[in-house]
Amino acid sequence: MLNVFWCILQRDLTLALRRRTDVLTTLFFFVIVVSLFPLGVGSERELLRMLGPGVVWVAALLASMLALERLFAADYDDGTLEQLLLAGQPLSLLVLAKILAHWLLTGLPLVVVAPLMAMQYSLEATAIWVMMAALALGTPVLSLLGAIGAALTLGLRGGGILLSLLILPLYIPVLVYGAGAVSVSVIEIADTQPYFALLGAFLLGGLVLAPPAAAAALRISME
Amino acid sequence: MKINWFKYASPTAFYPVAGRLVPVFGVAALALMLFALYWGFFETPERLGGTNPQKEYYRIIFIHVPAAWMSMWLYLVLAAWSAVGLVFNTRLSFMMANAVAPTGAIFTFLALWTGAFWGRPSWGTYWDWDPRLTSELILFFLYIGFMALHSAIDDNRRADQAAALLAIVGLVMLPIIYWSINCPDPNNCAALHQRSSVTDIESNILTAMLVMTLGFWLYSFAAAFARLRNIILLREQDSAWVRKMVDEAGAGPSSSPPPGAGAADGLDAGGHRASRGVSV
Repeated sequence: MLNVFWCILQRDLTLALRRRTDVLTTLFFFVIVVSLFPLGVGSERELLRMLGPGVVWVAALLASMLALERLFAADYDDGTLEQLLLAGQPLSLLVLAKILAHWLLTGLPLVVVAPLMAMQYSLEATAIWVMMAALALGTPVLSLLGAIGAALTLGLRGGGILLSLLILPLYIPVLVYGAGAVSVSVIEIADTQPYFALLGAFLLGGLVLAPPAAAAALRISME
Repeated sequence: MKINWFKYASPTAFYPVAGRLVPVFGVAALALMLFALYWGFFETPERLGGTNPQKEYYRIIFIHVPAAWMSMWLYLVLAAWSAVGLVFNTRLSFMMANAVAPTGAIFTFLALWTGAFWGRPSWGTYWDWDPRLTSELILFFLYIGFMALHSAIDDNRRADQAAALLAIVGLVMLPIIYWSINCPDPNNCAALHQRSSVTDIESNILTAMLVMTLGFWLYSFAAAFARLRNIILLREQDSAWVRKMVDEAGAGPSSSPPPGAGAADGLDAGGHRASRGVSV
């Protein structure tokens, strides 16, 4: 069973690395959105320091959502997805492997470039570390929840817009606690503990509940 | 005696029942709402609250609170019918979920709208990022998402199941969302919107509010059943019983069926109905 997991993971990563533009587009979307805000709201240091955590998180939300469309679309088009559904393996596990690959390709790069973005907003070193940790815990939740939406809107006209309507409201808890952790760390670093505990709880809950839900959604869409 | 629990799970069987229930619920809802409005305007005190009372404008409570309650309750109903549909694979349950969704969305909107008008005189602002307001707004988005997903999928069966799954995911998320915006900072849980205080409210105000809630609830039944009948007709338009009914209703020359078709329908309508009752 684990073999299948690794197999899917490896396959998805290989496919994505052969076509690097997809990965880079998401990353640069994130960079551009974050860089636009100071041009729009003005570049006073105090203002940016206050806005920074929220802006970076909202941009991460949008970037990870944009990439969601590709989670199942290619496999759906060339029939691989049908084969996966027919395979005698637990579908939730296969979906989890795809989600993990998706996170490694879209979520992890965001975590890595986030410090650069945080510097644009003149955040302190501790706040930057907190932001990275919060993103590392939070972006997998985004991929997990998003997979349900991606499976539901598979192959629909205007699926991307619809996906955002379905998924963005569900992202709110991650946004609140992710951005909250960074904001609180500016005042008192010890206060961030409950935020991380809750983000971790979301991640664990998502790991258990989201793959079966996404698998059920795939079965509905492929019927 | 053996009871057939699924007798009315067939759209064919429930269609006439819904037709009979719509006026019953509709008239009762209208009566209750009129009574509640009368009671709310003429039998209640002019002020609400103790030290810093709200004046006449507090009467918006008679629309606002029942609408907010119904908006949450109807989402529960929607998710419950979705779950029943997914578990038993009954088409009528999905149709019921679809029929409830617009009413729920309307009540959510009404709660937000009246809330804004109440907020202006009492808080000095139409909108505040208060936990209750925000979660009501998100509830509205969930309703919209449910309806948008359903209408985006052409195949009825897939649309039903996909929207039902979304409704259930939304139901799981709703408490988490509510609680996350209710207390984003674990050390500081202040909110502008007052806590619910049904127990220490003036009894006449409470009466009018509860009667209005009941009226809204009955209205939801009437609206959902009326919408359900349309959905059933739309989806079953090719089945024999609908065509037969349409033929009987529009017996005039303009809507007469092609020659021969009516007779054939009449013959197989009974058998068709029986088979439909099983395979709901």
